[in-house]
Formats: sequence, C-alpha cells, structure tokens
Amino acid sequence: MTQFFEHLGNKTLSSFAKLGRSSFFLIQILTATVSVIPRPRLLINQLFSVGVLSFLIITISGLFVGMVLGLQGFYILSDFGAEETLGVMVAASLVRELGPVVAALLFAGRAGSALTAEIGLMKATEQLSGMEMMAIDPIKRIIAPRFLAGFMSMPLLAALFSSIGVLGGHMVGVGMLGVDDGSYWSQMQAGLDFYDDIVNGVIKSIVFGFAVSWISLFEGYDAIPTSEGVSRATTRTVVNSAFTILGLDFILTALMFGDI
Amino acid sequence: MQNTRTQDTLVGLFVACGIAALFFMAMQISNLSAFSNNKTYLISAHFENSGGLKIKSPVSVAGVRIGRVSNISIDKDSYESIVEMQINTQYSLPDDTSASIYTAGLLGEQYISLEPGGSEDFIQANGVLDLTQSAIVLEQVIGQFLFDKAAE
Amino acid sequence: MNNSVDSDTDIVSIQNLSFSRGDRKIFNDISLTIPRGKITAIMGPSGTGKTTLLKLIGGQLYPDQGSVIVDKKNVHQLKRSDLYTLRKRMGMLFQSGALLTDLNVFDNVALPLKEHTTLSDSMIRSLVLLKLHAVGLRGARDLMPNELSGGMARRVALARAIALDPTMIMYDEPFTGQDPISLGTLVKLIKELNNALGLTSIIVSHDVEETSSIADYIYILSEGKIVGQGTPEQIKTLDSEWVQQFMKGDADGPVHFHYPAENYHKDLFEI
Repeated sequence: MTQFFEHLGNKTLSSFAKLGRSSFFLIQILTATVSVIPRPRLLINQLFSVGVLSFLIITISGLFVGMVLGLQGFYILSDFGAEETLGVMVAASLVRELGPVVAALLFAGRAGSALTAEIGLMKATEQLSGMEMMAIDPIKRIIAPRFLAGFMSMPLLAALFSSIGVLGGHMVGVGMLGVDDGSYWSQMQAGLDFYDDIVNGVIKSIVFGFAVSWISLFEGYDAIPTSEGVSRATTRTVVNSAFTILGLDFILTALMFGDI
Repeated sequence: MQNTRTQDTLVGLFVACGIAALFFMAMQISNLSAFSNNKTYLISAHFENSGGLKIKSPVSVAGVRIGRVSNISIDKDSYESIVEMQINTQYSLPDDTSASIYTAGLLGEQYISLEPGGSEDFIQANGVLDLTQSAIVLEQVIGQFLFDKAAE
Repeated sequence: MNNSVDSDTDIVSIQNLSFSRGDRKIFNDISLTIPRGKITAIMGPSGTGKTTLLKLIGGQLYPDQGSVIVDKKNVHQLKRSDLYTLRKRMGMLFQSGALLTDLNVFDNVALPLKEHTTLSDSMIRSLVLLKLHAVGLRGARDLMPNELSGGMARRVALARAIALDPTMIMYDEPFTGQDPISLGTLVKLIKELNNALGLTSIIVSHDVEETSSIADYIYILSEGKIVGQGTPEQIKTLDSEWVQQFMKGDADGPVHFHYPAENYHKDLFEI
C-alpha cells in the first residue's frame, strides 16, 4: 500500500523536476533566439521542414473540416429556418476555435513529433555532444532556429486552415446545398468582428505554436538516448501537446470570449 | 542537402500564402472593411428599460449601422438606464432624433434604431437624445395581452 | 610516474578525481597526468567509465571532488565562454564519429572553421581539402554521412577534429568494431598526426594490441581506480594478476569465467 504512495510521490517529484528542467531549457532557447538573427539560413531551413512540409496536411484537413461544417451546419440550421446564417456559423467555428486548435493538433502530430525524433536521434548519436566539444552551442545552432520556425509557422498555418475551411464551407453550402452566395459572405462579415474573432484566433495560434514548439523540442532534448527512449519521447510530445493545446484553449477562450 | 534555391522559393511561397490567408480572414470574413476610420463622437439617451441591449450593440439609422453602444449605466436619481453611443463622425444627426430599441429578427440581438427628426440643428458631441422608446419586454406584452383579454 | 604537476611537460593533470553516477562510484580518488606531445592510452574493461573521463576532461561533466587541469586552466572553474575557448583547442573523436547527418562530408569538416573563424570561403575550402587529404578522404567530400562506412566516418570525424589545429585530441574507442584494414589505417593516422602536428593524443580503448603498438604510456583503470600504469613494456612485466589477465586476454583469472552460481553438480541434478 505504501508502495503506491511512494510511487505517486516519486512521479510527482520527477514531474516537477521535469517542469523545472523544461523551464530552464526555455530560458536558454529564448536567450539564444537573438543569435539566430544573423544566420537566416538556419531559420529558413527550419521554416521549410516545419512549415512548408506541414502545408499539405493543414490545407487538406482544413478543406474537409470546412466542408463538413458546411454540410452539418446546413442541416442543423435548416431546422430553425436559418440556413442563410451558414456563413457565420462556419466562419465563427473555424476562426475562433477549430482553426487554431485543430491546426495546432495536426502540427504537433506532424511537425512536433518529427522535431522530437530528430533532436532525440541527434542526442543518441552524440551529435549534440560532438557540437558541444567543438565549442558550438547546440541550443543556438539547432534548437533555437527550430523553435522560432515552429512559433512563426503556427499562426500562418492556422490562418490557412480557417481560410480554406471557409472556402470549403462555401463550396458545400453555396455550391451544393443552395445557400445564397451573398448571404453567406454578408452575414459572415456582419457577424464576425476583426478584433474579437480574428485577432483572438491569431493570438491563440501564436500561444499554441509557442507551447507545441517548446514541448516537442524539450522532449527530444530530454529523451533517453536509445531507440526506445526516442520513440517514447515522440509519443509524449504528441500526448502532452494535445493536453496543453486543449487546456490552453479553454483558458484562452474563457479569457477572450467569456465576458461577452 | 536540399537545393537552397527551391527551398527559399517554397518558404517564401509558404509565408506569402499564410499572410494572404490572414488578409483574407481580415477582409472577407470580418467587418474590418466597414470600420476603417475610427473617429466617433459620443451621444447618450435615457431609457426606462434598455432590455437586452449590450455594449457593442449596433446603432443604426434606416437599417444602416452608424455606430455602437459604448456604455450602459444607471441614473442614480431617476433610476433610468443611460445608454452611451459612439457615432461615426461622418454622420450628423438632428437634435430631435428619437432612439428606439428594437430586436433584429425574432430571436436576434437588440439594437438601437435612430429616427431623425426635422430640426435644423445637429446634435453635438456629448449631447443627449430626449425622445426615446424603451425595449419591449416579452413578459409585459404577454401580461398586457392577457389583461386586455380578461377585460373583454 | 611523477606525481608533481609539471605543466610544461603535462598538458592535462587530473588530481584526486572522484565522480559518481547515482550510487555507483565511477572514479574513486584517481590522479593521472597526460604528457605533452605523446600518445597516452587509458585502458580498462567496458563500463569502467573511460568515456566519462573524457567528458570530465572536456568539461561536459562535473566531478564530485578533485580537479582537472588542462593547459594550466582548471576546467570546471572556467566561465562558459572561456570553456568554449578551451574546447576549440581540444579535438574529440567520438566512437560513432558524431558527424552531423544533414551536412555532407565537406560541410561537416568545414563546420568548426565556419563557426569559429572569419576566414574567407576559399581559405576554408583549402583548409578542408588539406584536412581531408591528410585522412585520405579528399575524394569523398560530397558524400553524406549515411553513405560512409564506419571506418570512413571516423576518418572524416578525425579530419573535423583537427580542423582548428588543436593542441590535444581525445579518441573515444577508435578501434572498436573495425575491420583490419580500417584498423591499420586509423592506427597509422593517429601516430602520424600526433608526430607531424605535434599533438597530444589521449586514446581511450580496450583494444590491447592496437593501443599498445602506438601508445607511449598506458593507464589501466578498473573499478574506479588505477590498477596499473607504465610504458607498454613496463605493463607487460607488471606484477599484477589482474593486469596480466587483461593484457593477455585470458578467459579466467582474477576476473572469473563463471558468473557466481551454486554448485554445478547440485544445480544439474537438482538435489
């Protein structure tokens, strides 16, 4: 019986220790980001592997999500005779919630896990150690550019997701189900406020980008340098990112939209 | 190692698409285009009951939105609701304009509709509209209806 | 063996070093010196922490007690920037080569030059080609690390380690798992580079034959202590059963063949 509590206590302490290590890691990254500015090549390389390669999954998912919203939304709204408000419904759902959250979850799954695996493998093959011995700071050269790339790509990807989603909803609603084209856009424009909806959505995706990049890079850096350790670390990235995104989403939504 | 030219081009395209999407969202999806100039002036009106009116509820003339509700408070002496509105400076209103609270659609949000009077003087900043019509409270209407019915 | 610190002839001096990992005491109050310009070998069975020793010298790990003096500087008391400056004068060859997998051979060797010097691209190119030529891989400059054999990867790593012309190189198990030809090449390279460039080399290995053939001085570690030291000839005649078993590779001796178990007869017939 006491073993259970001992185990629990152990786990809690090691979680705190991990949190401490990751915070220290974050501070190191943030101070290192300054040194990335004179080396744009590193950043561009990472923007490519993190952003450009996620482009496809984000746009296709966004399209399908938008189309499903259009379809489902139409049937639900037609019960109230409110089909013309489909535009608002699709756009509001996407811009406020689905865009930032789903794009972040997809990003964590595709780019986040790839980052973790890459860093973990570098640790396992002693590349990070090797760099340190060559007096090259791996945080500055490897970690910081990847962090910046993730952080910068996230809002762009979320915006792409939402925009393509709205077009997808249009395709289904206006193209196939007969919602009036004019109402789709005008209701949307009347119903969504730039500051409340768009800006808040962008802020959310920036926060998510920060969190996901931090988690994926840390799990890789902290991984046990064996093949099993690295694969466990990639799983942890996806799981922890998902929890963090959803938890942050609730907090941010409450802060942003709660007062209205 | 990736051909750096292709890489640069693709990254540039990616960033351009992302920014284009942001613009699209701002322009096409939201009401940004409608509210580019922020110059407004303040006017207020007293209502017996401001009903479901909220801050940022629209203020319109003949169905065209010309401003928003900026503050709702209570008058300590008359216990009436004081509604402050920010009106876009492009629009001038005669000082005998009346303000009424209507509901948009059956279940829609409430808004203030202004009907301009015939006066030749325009209302100034911080002016007060005297003619007001309060919001219709559903329970009162039903109660009135039943009362009238009973009286017949 | 001189215990006094003579920093003109000794480039590295380790005094009373103790280091534990968890409950295990890896080093228990050891002291040794590495003389300049010579090839010093540190040998011992696997798991004695030989790689750990190199990491302690390089400042990647901190000792519990004792000091590590490299080139008159106490490694663990240096500020981060001074430590980095010191590391530029130390080259390290990792067991797996530790080449960066996203750069080709040329870029890997050029990396320290690009990061730490302001030399022009053409100068860097000349230097890289020089270093690659010294290890015999100038023609392989455009290959990616995953296209290299183990032996070739180590040679590229060696070229990278000497890129900044360090004063000291540490080799972590350079001979492990190599075929006879690569082995012979590496042995030849280590000896030649040491003499031609006036380097100090520290080789950590458990390959008795190869290491003895080029080492000027050998330390043998076991269970956190130095159990034997001397020139290769001195070691061969050292009066220690354990050292003799290690050097000759005998199956049984102070390190037993049989893992502790109960009586054979009993176990077999389950009496």
